[in-house]
Amino acid sequence: MYQITCPHCGPRAQTEFTYERTTDSVVDPAADAHTAMQALYTRANPMGLDEEIWRHTYGCRAWMVLTRHRVTHVIEAVKAIGPEALA
Amino acid sequence: MKTPYSAFSLLRGAFNGQKHWEPAWRDPEPRASYDVIIIGGGGHGLATAYYLAKVHGIRNVAVLEKSWIGGGNVGRNTTLVRSNYRLPQLHNFFEFGLKLWHNLSDDLNYNVMFSPRGAMFLGHNDGDMIKLAERGDAMRCDGIDAELLTPKQIAKIEPLLDLSRNARFPIDGALIQWRAGTARHDAVAWGYARAADALGVDIIQKCEVTGFVRYGNKITGVETTRGRILAGRTGICVAGHSGHVAGLAGLELPIESQTLQALVTEGVKPMVQSVVMSQSLHFYISQSDKGGIVMGGDPDNWPSYARRGQPTIKEHAIAQAVTCMPALSRLRMLRTWSGVTDMSFDGAPIIGTTPIDGLYLNAGWCYGGFKATPASGWTYAHTLATGKPHELNAPFSLERFMTGATIDETAVGPMPNHR
Ligand SMILES: Cc1cc2nc3c(=O)[nH]c(=O)nc-3n(C[C@H](O)[C@H](O)[C@H](O)COP(=O)(O)OP(=O)(O)OC[C@H]3O[C@@H](n4cnc5c(N)ncnc54)[C@H](O)[C@@H]3O)c2cc1C
Repeated sequence: MYQITCPHCGPRAQTEFTYERTTDSVVDPAADAHTAMQALYTRANPMGLDEEIWRHTYGCRAWMVLTRHRVTHVIEAVKAIGPEALA
Repeated sequence: MKTPYSAFSLLRGAFNGQKHWEPAWRDPEPRASYDVIIIGGGGHGLATAYYLAKVHGIRNVAVLEKSWIGGGNVGRNTTLVRSNYRLPQLHNFFEFGLKLWHNLSDDLNYNVMFSPRGAMFLGHNDGDMIKLAERGDAMRCDGIDAELLTPKQIAKIEPLLDLSRNARFPIDGALIQWRAGTARHDAVAWGYARAADALGVDIIQKCEVTGFVRYGNKITGVETTRGRILAGRTGICVAGHSGHVAGLAGLELPIESQTLQALVTEGVKPMVQSVVMSQSLHFYISQSDKGGIVMGGDPDNWPSYARRGQPTIKEHAIAQAVTCMPALSRLRMLRTWSGVTDMSFDGAPIIGTTPIDGLYLNAGWCYGGFKATPASGWTYAHTLATGKPHELNAPFSLERFMTGATIDETAVGPMPNHR
């Protein structure tokens, strides 16, 4: 188990968070069908760093982007996203 | 010709101090080129090599394994073998495999200890029972055995389940597949390896594929930690590492890797006769031949290539199992472990061609590919030998994600973390 530092709540147990998907798989509503399917159905799935969208589901419920290593689980950066980040 | 494993050979050995046994497979140096290279010496890769040699007569084959054979998921799974899927593409494929399982020890001359002890899905409410009945009907329409059980019938098979009405998760019934069961996972890897080796296949361990040899849109071989090896056809078969290895060829797959855990208790006298699973809850148990209760649950549902599981996930599965079978609470946990699984985006596997010439793919087994080992090997061998899918793996093409023909048994969509 590891900790994730929520941009709003500080360090919390990983069990409070849920993984959503990678940032490159968010579908742009204006995208053509092929690009949309590509975003939904393919992943780089690297044995290294990827940008992932997580949510502090069992906490403040805010969304964030983690730059996380998929072998060591080291989190290099956490960035708030959504309206909260803009406030 | 290898000495066959038999009571007679054993008896003969009694007179010569058992000195006549040879290693089960050779340890060859890689050749410069092969007709077919299979990347990954797990159950599926070894089975593929065996059927290529046996069914298609293609013996100039190498299986390249980065560590030792059987060290991946084939040696880490909880060994459930069944074909009780709802969708016809899936149950027809797994049923073909189940038929091979029933004869596998004889076919390989290696005891894989397949034990068809019955596997049941529990139903905890009306909704569950309707879904189970529907699944059973779908299976029986395709000639696969399935039987709905009442709580009374369940009590005869698994008397330790809490079948009382005031149980936390009351048990209303179950769907059992009697021909399903368990097998010895290591023996499956070793049995296929020995049989493939006897037919001339080179099994090359400590040989990691680090890149591909590519001319235009054609793959003509692989770069490895033991040098370049050329191949007519190359088949990826690396389970949890599919994303990484396909990435070396510039392919992005509908796959995300996750950790899946399992655990086993100390050995006890027989207390679980069949395989007990609950899909409404998320746990399954069976008792190994050594007496340990083998248990599993949900994957750690975020991407990871680390073979380290989150303890709370196990705790969840254990809590559910103990609730349904209270006697389990008296047992001590002996070991836990985990593997990297290749979670596909519809929960079904991918076996077939890729957009790159000469490169083939076998991946996306999620948490359920052990049972598929013979069928996966058989159909992948067919695909590698002929360049075309077998009718059983035709639905499992890589293109299906782009054309919308996904095979999504749990109807979750492209979210492996919710599966
Ligand atoms: C805890 C757990 C429980 C499970 N329980 C069940 C179950 O009860 N029933 C069931 O049906 N399925 C189950 N599964 C799933 C099943 O184990 C897998 O789907 C199946 O074993 C995958 O196929 P394989 O045997 O070929 O994989 P593996 O044995 O993982 O083989 C892949 C091989 O590729 C090698 N490799 C990777 N990268 C490279 C490279 N670059 N070069 C060379 N070699 C490479 C690896 O070292 C590995 O040996 C379970 C899995 C886990 C982890």
